[in-house]
Amino acid sequence: MKIYATYNIKGGVGKTTAAVNLAYLSAADGARTLLWDLDPQGAASFLFRIKPRVKGGGQALIRGTKTLDGAIKGTDFDCLDLLPADFTYRNMDLLLGKKGTHPEPTHRIAHLLQPMAAEYDTVFLDCPPSISLVSENVLHATDILVVPLIPTTLSVRTLDQLTDFVAGFDGRRPQVRAFFSMVDGRKRLHRDITADLRAQRSDVAQTAIPALSLIERMSIERAPVTAFAPRSQAARAYQSLWDELRPAPAP
Amino acid sequence: MAPGLQEYVLGGGEENRGATLRDALASAFSIVADPGSTGVRRLTWLDTFDWRLYRAGLVLAHEQARRAGRLLLTASDGSLVAEQPAPAAQPRRPCLELPAGPVWDRIAALVRPRALLPMARAVSTVSVIRLLNADGKTVARLVTDAARVTGDTCEADLPVRVAIAEVRGYPGQARRAARLLSDAPGVSPAAESAFAAALQALRRRPGGYSGGVDAEITASMPAPVAVASLLLRLLDTMEQNIDGVLRDIDTEFLHDLRVSVRRTRSAIKLLGDVLPAGLADQYAAEFKWLGDLTTPTRDLDVYLLGFDAMAASLVAAKPADLEPFRAFLVRRRAREVRRLSAALRSPRFRTVTEHWRKALVEVRDARTPRKTKNSPNHPPTAADLAASRTERAHRRIVAQGRAIDQNSAPESLHDLRKRGKELRYLLEFFAPLHDPVAYRKAVSDLKQLQDVLGEFQDSEVQRDEIHALADAIMAERAAPAATLLAMGELAAQLAVGQAEARADFSRRFATFASPAGLQRFNTLLGQGDR
Repeated sequence: MKIYATYNIKGGVGKTTAAVNLAYLSAADGARTLLWDLDPQGAASFLFRIKPRVKGGGQALIRGTKTLDGAIKGTDFDCLDLLPADFTYRNMDLLLGKKGTHPEPTHRIAHLLQPMAAEYDTVFLDCPPSISLVSENVLHATDILVVPLIPTTLSVRTLDQLTDFVAGFDGRRPQVRAFFSMVDGRKRLHRDITADLRAQRSDVAQTAIPALSLIERMSIERAPVTAFAPRSQAARAYQSLWDELRPAPAP
Repeated sequence: MAPGLQEYVLGGGEENRGATLRDALASAFSIVADPGSTGVRRLTWLDTFDWRLYRAGLVLAHEQARRAGRLLLTASDGSLVAEQPAPAAQPRRPCLELPAGPVWDRIAALVRPRALLPMARAVSTVSVIRLLNADGKTVARLVTDAARVTGDTCEADLPVRVAIAEVRGYPGQARRAARLLSDAPGVSPAAESAFAAALQALRRRPGGYSGGVDAEITASMPAPVAVASLLLRLLDTMEQNIDGVLRDIDTEFLHDLRVSVRRTRSAIKLLGDVLPAGLADQYAAEFKWLGDLTTPTRDLDVYLLGFDAMAASLVAAKPADLEPFRAFLVRRRAREVRRLSAALRSPRFRTVTEHWRKALVEVRDARTPRKTKNSPNHPPTAADLAASRTERAHRRIVAQGRAIDQNSAPESLHDLRKRGKELRYLLEFFAPLHDPVAYRKAVSDLKQLQDVLGEFQDSEVQRDEIHALADAIMAERAAPAATLLAMGELAAQLAVGQAEARADFSRRFATFASPAGLQRFNTLLGQGDR
């Protein structure tokens, strides 16, 4: 089971749209795919028309009184399931930090996901924008950290900070893969920053996701753009990004 | 139809089916056709000739897909037991093994050594209808399946089936759809699996073959009629297996043919006197001819079926040393199968079976009971015959067994084995007349004794055959010395097995002929002559 997480400390950079579209494309490849909407705002759940509610809330999941398995909902798409958001996830830091429970607080999400390996080939974690115990848990659980960057100098600095933070992990570290999101090709600054950073860093994807109104339309259609407009420029861009990120087929 | 789904049958014409579903479900769901999911499904159902999967409550189907196929094993209620990938092409020929995987793991022990045969095929148009909740979310799917099924000789359309597929996390919505469909006019719950419906449409009876005797006889039936009925049943079994033997589909066809010939010979010997004068004597020789024909191939089958276990039991020699022996057996078997096939296609065989059937039908359908040697005026009933012949056979085996001691010649045990088989066949012939519990107990006792006698004689026969085969291999220079040494080790093992069986005989016979064992037979016979 390969675990991807879309993560950035900033909000509104395209984490959820990336998670939703990449998860859809993974499922379209035939991989059994689960998307966990960890953001209490529940945007990914909304996009799949699934109520952002988990019986017993985040507390039941973290404490283990309810299994993840029991909370999962099927989406409208083959091979793609969703673990919905719940408003109680806003307190997840407190739940994860509670002492006296096994395993240590930074590895609880990884521990919860372990039994999913029998059922899913790929898991996507759509993270809330923050630096918190939740995000640290996600970093420890993840194989590939997918970081959407908007083309500004500050976001480049954020990527450096994140890379350094992950490099300090003992043992298993996620692979960091950034990509530019919401790129406006008409803006010179966007063009320059994307070109420079792609040239400087191998962990930045060649594909950039353009700022397109069709992507914003996902909230009207309540479906991945890769599903409702599969031949659009937006869908092609996500497909190209997925081609860069997805695991290489077995020889 | 996908396994594990609740299924319904839709009535009415094609044009009304959509309206039937809409009317049934519109009060609770928005209904959207999913044209992208419409497709053609090709299924081939597989089972053994004697319906081993069906009898075990299992249904095996190969589903053909564009690039790959899959094998689906379901329980009779449609729940999925196992699935595994398979070659894309539809299975058309009998197959002795499936590719390794969860399905084969589940059924291998059940079906071996039988081949899996295509029993029926279906080509379906499958369509998906999505049921949406108020948020426009798919909460259940209806999968409709309009199938045309094909058997060996005919084709038929099946009634359209509809399955409700649950979407994960929305079990309540699937149940709700099921309730609405159950109440809808023109929709009825599917009473049988698609496989059962296909067989019914093709006028095939699942479980229609059994190697057992299962003759339709009653206690009050005149004995000649009962004997003719069971001999006709045995003849049916012989004829049902001929095609499988000629096509060499699997070894069980010959086994069942041989058993039915042996049963026929025993019936002629033990019960033939109630048939018209001369009939039994005339056909005893013909069925001996037929039985002898089957012996060489069956003996080689027994070797080859047990070959791996035999090779694994070697201590001094290596299993690989025996491989030339296996190759020799395979070559010899091919030769014997050719001989057997020629005989089964011969005019003599055809004449024997045709005339035998005609003669038996005459006896069975005769309105007035025929006079026989023993009962010139009033022929006995089936119950009279069962009681007297079973009692006599039992008395004989007890007397012969008691006369055997440690110094008795091997032939005395071989002869006792024959008596055991005769008693067993008599019990099977008249099984419908016996109390089932008393019958099971009596057969169980007898089987224990037969097993040890079988082990004793088979070990000797196989050892003798190994020597004969070794001579043949030497004459043909068909194997190196290591193979002959390994065969020698096998012969030694068989000798040990035979000695153990001999040592075990006294104990088994003492149980069979104990007061409790005799009482069990008396109970059977007391209830058998109702």
